[in-house]
Amino acid sequence: MAAGPMKMRATLGSGYTDVRVLMTHPMTTAQSNQPLHFIQNITVKQNGKTVVEAQISQAVSRNPVFTFRIKGGAKGDKIEVSWLDNKGESNKIESAVA
Amino acid sequence: MSRLVVLCLSLIPFTVAAQDAKKEIEKYQQMLGEGSPAELWELEGEALWKKPQGPSNASLEKCDLGLGAGKVPGAYARLPRYFKDTDQVQDLESRLVSCMSALQGRSRAEATKRVFGNADTPSELEYLVAWIVGQSRGHKMAAPVSHPKERASYELGKKVFFYRAGNWDFSCASCHGEADKRIRMQELPVLSEPAGAQLAYTTWPAYRVSSSQLKTMQWRINDCYRQMRFPEPEFASESTIALTHYLAVTAKGGAYRGPGTKR
Repeated sequence: MAAGPMKMRATLGSGYTDVRVLMTHPMTTAQSNQPLHFIQNITVKQNGKTVVEAQISQAVSRNPVFTFRIKGGAKGDKIEVSWLDNKGESNKIESAVA
Repeated sequence: MSRLVVLCLSLIPFTVAAQDAKKEIEKYQQMLGEGSPAELWELEGEALWKKPQGPSNASLEKCDLGLGAGKVPGAYARLPRYFKDTDQVQDLESRLVSCMSALQGRSRAEATKRVFGNADTPSELEYLVAWIVGQSRGHKMAAPVSHPKERASYELGKKVFFYRAGNWDFSCASCHGEADKRIRMQELPVLSEPAGAQLAYTTWPAYRVSSSQLKTMQWRINDCYRQMRFPEPEFASESTIALTHYLAVTAKGGAYRGPGTKR
C-alpha cells in the first residue's frame, strides 16, 4: 500500500521555527488482530541538517500530528520531515518556512 | 446549622470545577482542531475529484454542485438545493452520486456500494466530502428555500425533526430540543434554533478522533437514527436529505468552519 499523504506547516516565530506535520498511517497496535504496523523513526531536517531524530512506538495514535519547535531559522528555510515504519515503508514532505 | 455550612461550602468547589472542566474541554477541542487529520482527507478528496474513473473514464471536475459545472468554492454552504437535471432537492452526497452516474457512467448501486468506510479503508464519498466542504470554509451558510421543492423539503425536514417514533418514542428534538442538555461531556445544541444549528451544522462533516475516521452528514443522521432505535434510514433518501436541508436552513448565516474535529 502506498503511503497516504502528509501535510506540513512551518512558520517562523521570534527566534524559533514551529513545524506542525500530519501523517497518514494506520499505527496498528498489538491489540488489534492485524499485523503490527507503526512508525518507528521520525527525522526533521532544517536546510539538510538533521535537527530532530525521534523514535516512537505503537503508543502514538493513528494519523498522528506532531509539532516541533526548532531554535532559530529564517523565512525560506527548507524543512523536511520523514518517517520510517517497522515494515520499511517511508514517506517525506518538504516545505519552506513561511 | 454546621451541616448546612458544610453543604454550601462543598458546592462552591463543585461549580468552579465544572467551569474549569468546560474550559479544559474547549481547550482540548481547540487543540484537536489545530492540525486535524481531516486535512489529510481533504488532500485525498481533491486527488479523487480529479481522477478519471468509471466506464466513461472521466473525473468529477465538471460536476455541478449548484454554482455551475466544476465550481466548488462556496458550493457546500449553499446545499442542499434543488437541481433541475435531477428534478429533486439534493444534499452533497446524493449530488456526488448523481455526478458519478452522469459523468463517470457508474450505476447508482455501484457508486453507493460503500458509503460509510472504516478507519482502515475510508469510503470514496468520505474523501470527496472532506475536500468539498473544506472549500466552503468561511462562507456563510445559505441553503436556499425559494423553489417550491426546496420549501417542501424544508417543511418535510422540520416534520422529520419533531417526529416521535421507535422503541423509545424518540425524535431528534428529544435530545436537541431543549437548552443546556448534554450526554456525558457532549453538549447537545438546540438544532431547531439558529444559534444551536449554526454551532453544530458548521462543524460537520467531521473527523472523529475516537474512531480515526471522517464522518459525513449522511452518517451523522444515520447514527442519530440508530441511537434513537429507529430502522436504519436509506442512504441519501428523501427524508435524510430533507432533515439535512432543515438543519442547513436553520443554520443560515453561520460561517462554515468544517470539516470539524470531534472527540
